[in-house]
Amino acid sequence: MRKISYAQAGMEALVEEMRRDPTTFHLSTDAPDALVKEFGSERVRATPIAEGALTGIAVGAAGSGFRPIINWSMVTFSFVAMDQIVNQAAKIHYMFGGQVKFPITFRTSVGGGRRVAAQHSQSPYSMFMNLAGLKMILPSTPYDMKGLLKTVIRDDNPIISFESNRLMGFAGEVPEDPYTVPLGKADIKREGTDVTIVALAWLVHEALAAAEVLDKEGVSVEVLDPRTLVPLDCDAIRASVQKTGRLVIADEAGPTAGASAEIAAVATEDAETFAKMKAPVKRVCALHVPIPYTPQLEDHVFPDRDNIVAGVREVMDAG
Amino acid sequence: MALTQEKQLEMLRIMQTIRRFEERASDDYRTGDIYGVVHCYIGEEAVATGVCAALNRDDQIISTHRGHGHCIAKGADLKRMMAELYGRETGYCKGKGGSMHIADFSIGMLGANGIVAGGIPIVTGAGLAAQLEGKGRVAVSFFGDGASNAGPFHESINIAAAWKLPMIYVCENNLYAASTPAASTLAHSDVAARAAGYDIPGVVVDGNDVMAVYDAAQEAVARARNGEGPSLIECKTYRWRGHTERVGGADPRPQGEIRAWQERDPIERFVAGLMDQGCITQEAWQEMDEEILAEIEEAVQFAIESPFPDLEAAVEDVFAE
Ligand SMILES: Cc1ncc(C[n+]2csc(CCOP(=O)(O)OP(=O)(O)O)c2C)c(N)n1
Ligand SMILES: [Mg+2]
Repeated sequence: MRKISYAQAGMEALVEEMRRDPTTFHLSTDAPDALVKEFGSERVRATPIAEGALTGIAVGAAGSGFRPIINWSMVTFSFVAMDQIVNQAAKIHYMFGGQVKFPITFRTSVGGGRRVAAQHSQSPYSMFMNLAGLKMILPSTPYDMKGLLKTVIRDDNPIISFESNRLMGFAGEVPEDPYTVPLGKADIKREGTDVTIVALAWLVHEALAAAEVLDKEGVSVEVLDPRTLVPLDCDAIRASVQKTGRLVIADEAGPTAGASAEIAAVATEDAETFAKMKAPVKRVCALHVPIPYTPQLEDHVFPDRDNIVAGVREVMDAG
Repeated sequence: MALTQEKQLEMLRIMQTIRRFEERASDDYRTGDIYGVVHCYIGEEAVATGVCAALNRDDQIISTHRGHGHCIAKGADLKRMMAELYGRETGYCKGKGGSMHIADFSIGMLGANGIVAGGIPIVTGAGLAAQLEGKGRVAVSFFGDGASNAGPFHESINIAAAWKLPMIYVCENNLYAASTPAASTLAHSDVAARAAGYDIPGVVVDGNDVMAVYDAAQEAVARARNGEGPSLIECKTYRWRGHTERVGGADPRPQGEIRAWQERDPIERFVAGLMDQGCITQEAWQEMDEEILAEIEEAVQFAIESPFPDLEAAVEDVFAE
């Protein structure tokens, strides 16, 4: 099968969905050339640097029959639009009694590893998970990126597509024929029997690398990729942990009130799953600090395959 | 107000220091000694230099993502700047900030910023502090044409006007925000025209003419020190290099446009004028340039010889002790 990059897969999803549905349009501070060429500058607009207004404009246009696609670029810039995201987009459908739909796609990049310091290296999806009223995806492969993003664009709700900076150039198999990936369906990226690693985005790949190392030590690792954070596939997480009896969670964000905390709770608050657990949950996350610039410090702050291996050994030793 | 020869030569030295610093930063970024992202100020040196020449050491400024020029013009130490770019412990931010986040509070440089328009309210707060303190200090906000379209610009300038804060808002209109032309995002081609809406003075100046920038800044600073409130100065200028130093990033700007602006080199123009007035000879100019290059080489050596921070530093400074 042909291979394309994570970034290209996102672009393909956009192009296909914009062809399919004339009510879609695209706003971002730098308009992608490929989209302008095909769809024209009426539907693909380079906007002023005004993310708050952009986001609000998306809400208004969505409520008026269109299907806006907004690219905030780095998640850093979404914070400029917090009122429109938190007070408006997340609540408007519920608050107004479900009168009209607000189908909006927000694309944004997350994560570190690029030596661009505290403001430009963030992974704040749990802040948005906390809101109620926003769905969100976090793909780890080109295949998932394309399939999920197409589903997102067709969905009738505001949805954030968190896309990993570290994976933009990552190539993977993507069929030429059209397909979609449903929201709320986790994907087992590797099957195993001794320990479940629930890993997010880039850390899915680090977890797969860690699994190879651990395999040589006789530890059979299952790698579960939730793929969407809201809705979260609780059944799949619980089923996997019931099978292996051990849970390690790997996330590039910090641990405090993070997606990792939610995943840990999903497993442990379920009586049936808890009863089958042989060891405490282990989280492998970033240190809880703003991200520093200089490479040694940045690499120290973020978790990687070595930290995952160590985390797995810890839970194996614990029981 | 006419400036002394010494002052003008000092301004020339600052402009050339910015130019040479940026050239070196760009080179060392390409070799991988400087990480992440670097935004160069080459072509816009007259703006920071002309404005800061009208300021005192205890006046405050805030910068943007394109911050090296503002740092140098306000009097930052080249060694600590270079060490920060090199990610060393001796850098201004202990290696935690990098190019986009250099600050030196001791000289009133409140920081470069990765958020477009993020600095404008902050420096307006410095302006409020200056007003409360009542000692005649002023504060300057540098920002781009792109930033002028963001809410914080409008919100801040309105507050400053309503409260008569001692502020100077300096728009560096280099005609582009990343790859987006200002012509496609500004409803009125002059950012300065917006001053009318806030009932404050707004002027457009040739941002490649350091003396024109200085004159406009001088007037705005005098007004601010006098308690008459803020001004908006729009400097029309141009960046010679791509938006960032990252290779592969397409530069959509027409080659002819870039060349035309390079022919209006703010440094060449200033030197030529100074030579005409007999302020500097060709030899003296060359000597000055060599001194600057030596100073930058010294800064690089300082950076290279400085250690990287210890890993424990990663968890330090999250909170003040
Ligand atoms: C709020 C926000 N949105 C987007 C960006 C990404 N970005 C960085 S610099 C830049 C262009 C800024 O243009 P301008 O203000 O004109 O400054 P210039 O780069 O031309 O000096 C953009 C869009 C950002 N840093 N912050
Ligand atoms: Mg600009």
